Amino acid sequence: MSGAHRVVIVGAGPAGIRAAETLVAASVRPVVIDENARWGGQIYRQPPAGAGFKRSAATLYGFEAKKAEAVHDAMAKLLPKIDYRPDTLAWACEQNRLDTLHAGRETSVPFTHLIIASGATDRIVPLPGWTLAGVFTLGGAQVALKAQGCAIGSRVVFAGTGPLLYLVAYQYAKAGARVAAVLDTSPLARQAAAAPRMLSQPSMFAKGVYYVGWLQAHGVRIERGVTLDRIDGDDAVRGIRWRTRRGEPRSLDCDAVGMGFGLRPETQLADLAGCRFRFDALNRCWLPERDAAGRSSARNVYLAGDGAGIAGADAAELAGRRAALALIEDIGIVTHRSAQPDATKLERELARIAVFRAGIEHAFAPPVNAAQHWPDDMTVCRCEDVTAGTMRACIRSGLATEVNRLKSLTRIGMGRCQGRMCGESAIALLAAETGKPLADVGRLRSQAPIKPIPITPMLYDDGVHVQPEEAHDE
Amino acid sequence: MNDTRAGVSHFDVVIAGGGLVGSSTALALAKSGMRVALIERRFCGAQASGVNYGGVRTQGRTAEQLPLAVRARRVYGRLPELIGIDGEMVVSGHLRLARREADLDVLDRWSAMAREHGVESHVMSGPAFRQRYPWLGPAAIGGSLCPSDGHANPRLVSPGFAHAARRAGADVREQTELSDITFDGTRFQMRAGRERISSDWLVNSAGAWANRIAGSFGESAPMKPIYPNMWVTEPLPLFIGHSLGVVGGGIYARQVERGNCVIGGGRGHGDGEYAQPSTATTRAVMRDACALLPALRDALLIRTWSGVEGETPDGNPIIGLSRTTPRLLHAFGFSGGGFLLAPGVGEVLAELVTQGETSTPIDAFSIGRFSSMPLSVTH
Amino acid sequence: MSTVTIHHAPQFVRLDETHRARIPFVLDGVPAEALAGDTLLTAILMRQRHVRHSEFSGKPRAGFCLIGACQDCWVRGEDGKRMRACSTRVEAGMRVVTEDVR
Repeated sequence: MSGAHRVVIVGAGPAGIRAAETLVAASVRPVVIDENARWGGQIYRQPPAGAGFKRSAATLYGFEAKKAEAVHDAMAKLLPKIDYRPDTLAWACEQNRLDTLHAGRETSVPFTHLIIASGATDRIVPLPGWTLAGVFTLGGAQVALKAQGCAIGSRVVFAGTGPLLYLVAYQYAKAGARVAAVLDTSPLARQAAAAPRMLSQPSMFAKGVYYVGWLQAHGVRIERGVTLDRIDGDDAVRGIRWRTRRGEPRSLDCDAVGMGFGLRPETQLADLAGCRFRFDALNRCWLPERDAAGRSSARNVYLAGDGAGIAGADAAELAGRRAALALIEDIGIVTHRSAQPDATKLERELARIAVFRAGIEHAFAPPVNAAQHWPDDMTVCRCEDVTAGTMRACIRSGLATEVNRLKSLTRIGMGRCQGRMCGESAIALLAAETGKPLADVGRLRSQAPIKPIPITPMLYDDGVHVQPEEAHDE
Repeated sequence: MNDTRAGVSHFDVVIAGGGLVGSSTALALAKSGMRVALIERRFCGAQASGVNYGGVRTQGRTAEQLPLAVRARRVYGRLPELIGIDGEMVVSGHLRLARREADLDVLDRWSAMAREHGVESHVMSGPAFRQRYPWLGPAAIGGSLCPSDGHANPRLVSPGFAHAARRAGADVREQTELSDITFDGTRFQMRAGRERISSDWLVNSAGAWANRIAGSFGESAPMKPIYPNMWVTEPLPLFIGHSLGVVGGGIYARQVERGNCVIGGGRGHGDGEYAQPSTATTRAVMRDACALLPALRDALLIRTWSGVEGETPDGNPIIGLSRTTPRLLHAFGFSGGGFLLAPGVGEVLAELVTQGETSTPIDAFSIGRFSSMPLSVTH
Repeated sequence: MSTVTIHHAPQFVRLDETHRARIPFVLDGVPAEALAGDTLLTAILMRQRHVRHSEFSGKPRAGFCLIGACQDCWVRGEDGKRMRACSTRVEAGMRVVTEDVR
């Protein structure tokens, strides 16, 4: 083991855990920074420890129980051999150093090599009423159940598209929640057309079919090819309105809506670490560039898992291993081939999953041209309360043809979420109004802090800071 | 009119650099009937002009800057009329804080000097000060309030001037790089993107990059890039009543109507082209800021940023005629204090072009002040 | 469709894991009870349908993503401390405010 290297992994989901495991097998002792209280990431999220949660892995993770347990156990075994830092937010990255926050105190974490396994959040396509209290993301609805044993409401409608839509609805119904409907904006025909690609992962495909079948067998109303019109309510959700694929108006009472349209990667740390980005047509967003092994454009930064492009939990495990192998090779550590996974095999499997993902993205593509139909009074930026009308007026007056300029002038993306929930909407609206492709209207730049942080921890005099250069500005 | 000699568009004035200086110059010239091209290699008002603190501040300026500052302040009083928006301008007053006794002497001296230039301010300290400002921490022992000062939103104001210039008839070209700039004895010849253009006058308002243009004419100013470090909090209940600064500089703070507190001080990092904020600087300024404004402790930091600005050894800008080339006007190097001055500079430059002189004293800002040797004129 | 919105009905519903220890806390000055392992967001939404109000629209918000991404669930302790409700575990005696002071 070389003492000159300091490897840091950010993220302790399947990608981060398998990366750590691969590094440890090569006698490297990484620091693993986890924003959550317990390892597992989101897909394999564990309920809080020491609180008496009793549900089994089978109940929590369903068909993924074995995989979840394997990932959890792997991390448990690694603990003596890694520097694991839960409840720790890496909020800045400059000059090969992460600034981290844990329990109200700051710690500087220098690194020679960084693996970013930052995961993803739900992709949001807004609709009127989406900011009402009682509307949650699909991922959020899933976490409420998985990590807290709660349903987001007493009468829930799930709306949007993507495999997660059916999975969460199934999990809810199975757990005894009242699921009033599953409203999928993707037409069945498109899903059928994408079937051949999805068959590259037969068990994934089969599970998807199973969830739908189970829901139908248990009388849960499923509609496909819908157009979501509005979520109703004054101070909180009371109903949802949509049109069927034939255009017929429908409505349902409900007190909670779980919505989502696939996932979007969390790429802020990669941006701060200096990675080059490129627009990815399949993911419909800007992604940090990475080669097949997970090397980024920055010499000492590696990317694995959904944080660099959505591919799912299985791919995250493979990519975590593959990126760690690349790092090991780049450092110059020679390991016994049999002690490590086979890089070529990993890449081959990742390529197969990529075919499946392409099928998923096609089958469950978010509504085309949604931005054109947003009413002017619909909130697009929920943090700053910026409406579609405000953004349109700015774009139509010629004042903004690019997203950073639109942000400067309308405040979209300037709120606490830093563009996570509205950035893609801003780009979609710009593209719709200017006629330019999504790739040509700019990329929202990330800045520290990666998430809002309280000021108080920064006030402790812990020797972390360097006396800054004198500046006599007024 | 358009002189299409060899397909070259001709302008009365070409302005190199679409920051607030260039944009306000373009507006003033377009309104006086000049044919103006404003050439910006990225987006107008997006560099230092768009990322600065937003202080509309005369207080604390040196005597030589005050006449220009007073003139510029008058422009800020007419934003809706000039650029069609209010730019979120607030006449909040500027409170320059004393943190030690010696600072109070500095404030007294400045107040007396400024009064002679028509700028009113009054210095407070002791229990009356404490009582008036319960939201200030004990680190502040007094301050000078200049009630006519205020703040505005540079992200709106700077592009706002460029758009007003365009509406007034200026040819505003963004994402257009100027190159091959020469003076042929009568006119300035250059390429704007792929097009060849010419002009009678050239204004060098290229900010931190102005020495590139000055260099084409055998001139330069001792200017280095600086990266002012800025940060902003989440929206908070309104409690900061004035735009704040401190004697000696190093920290400045304002609260916008929506509640966010914008705070700056110290330096980020950069490479001359792009800038990044520094967590060490943010941390250090945060400590000073919380000593002055205890209520900030309970806030969330939501964003940090920096930008590229040009700083001169004496902190004064370079404004005025070239020493080598006729009808070349320099206006750069504002050293972090340009947001207030720029609209005044625009009027001054317009006067120099249209009338050959200006009523506002700018001799102290001559590019020649850095060199004792006369320069040879280039052709 | 129903037109009545009851403000102090819970948003969340406990489907399972109800055997856990009870944790007393204070919500807008009123004593309340959560279960061990509840996040502050769960604890609050088991009592009412909002955790904060938007400072611009004034409308109630109940969080959104539950994984610390959307930043829509920041609440304040009575001592002024900021807490992201979905990622903060409720502790006995916590005093949290959901009615903002503006």
